[in-house]
Amino acid sequence: MPNFQISRRKFLTSASLGLSGIALSGCDTFDSGLGIGGGLRSFLENANGLTYRAQRLLAGRDALAPEFTEADIRQPQRPNGVTAPDDDTYKGLLADNFADWRLEVTGLVEKPLALTREQLQNMPSRTQITRHDCVEGWSCIAKWTGTPLSLVLDQAVVKPQARYVMFHCLDTIEQSLSGGIKYYGTIDLIDARHPQTILAYGLNGKPLPVENGAPLRVRVERQLGYKMPKYVHRIELVDSFANVGGGRGGYWEDNGYDWYGGI
Amino acid sequence: MDTAASNQSTAEADGKDTTLIYRQSRWTRLTHWLWAFSLFFMLLSGLQIFNARPQLYIGKQSGFGFNNTILQIGAENTDNGPRGFTEILGHRFDTTGVLGWSGPPGQETPRAFPAWATIPSYYDLGTARVVHFFFAWVLSATLLVWLISSLVNGHIRRDLAPRLEDLRKLPKDIVDHAKLKFHHTREYNTLQKMAYGGVLFVLLPLMILTGLAMSPSMDSVLPWLNEILGGRQTARTIHFTVMVLLVLFFVIHILMILAAGPINELRSIITGWYRTDPPAKHDQPTERSA
Repeated sequence: MPNFQISRRKFLTSASLGLSGIALSGCDTFDSGLGIGGGLRSFLENANGLTYRAQRLLAGRDALAPEFTEADIRQPQRPNGVTAPDDDTYKGLLADNFADWRLEVTGLVEKPLALTREQLQNMPSRTQITRHDCVEGWSCIAKWTGTPLSLVLDQAVVKPQARYVMFHCLDTIEQSLSGGIKYYGTIDLIDARHPQTILAYGLNGKPLPVENGAPLRVRVERQLGYKMPKYVHRIELVDSFANVGGGRGGYWEDNGYDWYGGI
Repeated sequence: MDTAASNQSTAEADGKDTTLIYRQSRWTRLTHWLWAFSLFFMLLSGLQIFNARPQLYIGKQSGFGFNNTILQIGAENTDNGPRGFTEILGHRFDTTGVLGWSGPPGQETPRAFPAWATIPSYYDLGTARVVHFFFAWVLSATLLVWLISSLVNGHIRRDLAPRLEDLRKLPKDIVDHAKLKFHHTREYNTLQKMAYGGVLFVLLPLMILTGLAMSPSMDSVLPWLNEILGGRQTARTIHFTVMVLLVLFFVIHILMILAAGPINELRSIITGWYRTDPPAKHDQPTERSA
C-alpha cells in the first residue's frame, strides 16, 4: 500500500498552481484525457483486463509464487500505507490485545462467521517465505504465517453467486469531506482460494506487528502490495463492485490503480 | 516483398543518375511507426513509474536494512536551499533543475524525473501504469507481427542477418560514419545491421522479459526468469538500463538520419521508396554497398 498520499496531494496542488507557468504542451493535453472515467483512460484500462485474462490463462489457479529461504530474510518487513491506525475502535481493540476483535465473514455465505484470534490460530496454518512487491517498485522478503483463506471460506460456505472477496479494514486511509475512509479492497475467488492466500497473523516468527497490519492482514502472493489489506476485521462475499466504495473494487482502485495487481 | 530490381526507376527528371528503389516493405514501415509511437509513451510513463521509487537495487529485494542500491535520484536540503542529486555507484552528482529537484522557478518540487519527461506531467503512479501496460501490449504485439512478416518476406535474412563480409567492412564503415560520409544503397551497412539487430533481437526482447520478471503473477509462471536475471530488483535495474540504451539508440538514430539526408530517409520509412547513390565510375556494381 503506497505511502504517497500526502505527497501526491502536494504534487497535485503544485502542479495545478504551476499550470499557468507551464506551456500547454502535448503532454498536458494528454493529461486531461487521463482522468478516472475519461474516455481515453477507460480505453487504455482495457489492457488491464487483457493482462488479467492472459495471466489467469498462464498461471491457472494454483501456480505458486516463488518461496525463499530463511537466509533471504535480511531485514524487517518494510511497512507501508497506514502504519499506526489512529481510529478509536482500533486503538481500543489494540489496548486489549485484540481480545474483543472478531473476524466477521458476511455477505453471500450460507453461514456467517465471527471468529476470534484463537479460533483462527487453531485452524491449520501455512507458513511461507515470500517476496512482497510494492506497486512503487520495491521488494522485501519475509516469512508469513496464517490461516488459508480457503479454509475460512469453506467454513462459511460461499454461495454460488459470489464472485469477489471484499476486505473491510479498521484503518482510516483518507479523511474526506464526508468523514474518514477506511481501507477496503477486493480479490477474485481464484486468488481467494489460492494455496498461498492466507490471513496472516504472524511475521518472521513473531505475532504480526501493528505497522504490518495486526491483528490480521491478507497475503495475496501473486499480486502487488496494495491488493493485500491490513487491519482486516470483516470479509464480505459480493457479486459485483457496485457497493464497493466508488465502484472500481478497492480504495486505491477508486484512486486510479488497476483492479488487477498481478503486474 | 517486391524485389528492388523490379521496382527500379531511373530518376531522369532532376538530371541526376540516381535511382528510386522500393526499400522498406509495408510491414517494416507500419511496425516502425507503431514502435516509435508506443516507445514514446512507454518511456514517459515508465519514468513516472520510476519516480515512485527512484532507486535501483541489485538482487531479489530492495535493501532497507542493508545497502544494495546502485542508483538513486533524490533531493536534499543544503545551505543553498534544496538541491537535486543523482548518485550512481556511490558517485554523487548535482542534477538540480533536471533530476531530483525541478519545476517552474519558485515552484520546484522533489521529483526524480522532471514534469516534461513524464506522463502524466504531475505525480500519478496509477495512471502511468495504465498507459505503460497498454503500450506494453502494443509494443509486444508489434514485435511479434514484425518478426513473422520479416521472416516471411525475407527482411531479416536479406537485410539484417550479419554476413562474413559485414565484418570485413566494419573498419571502413566506422571511419565513414565518423566522417559523416554515407552511402545510400539498398543494403544496410554493418553498423546499421548491428544497431537495428541489437534493438530488435536484444534490447526489445530484454525489455519484455525484464518487464515480465517484475510481475508477481508472471513470477509464478516463469520463476526461472528472475533466477536467470538475478532477482526481481536486478530485473528492474536491467529494465531501466535497457531504457537508457534505447534512448541512446534513438538519439543516434535521429542524428544519423539528419546527417544522411532526412528527406530521403523519411521517404523510405513512410512510402518505402529510397533514392540510392549513383554508381561510382570505377566501382563494380557489386561493391556499391561498401
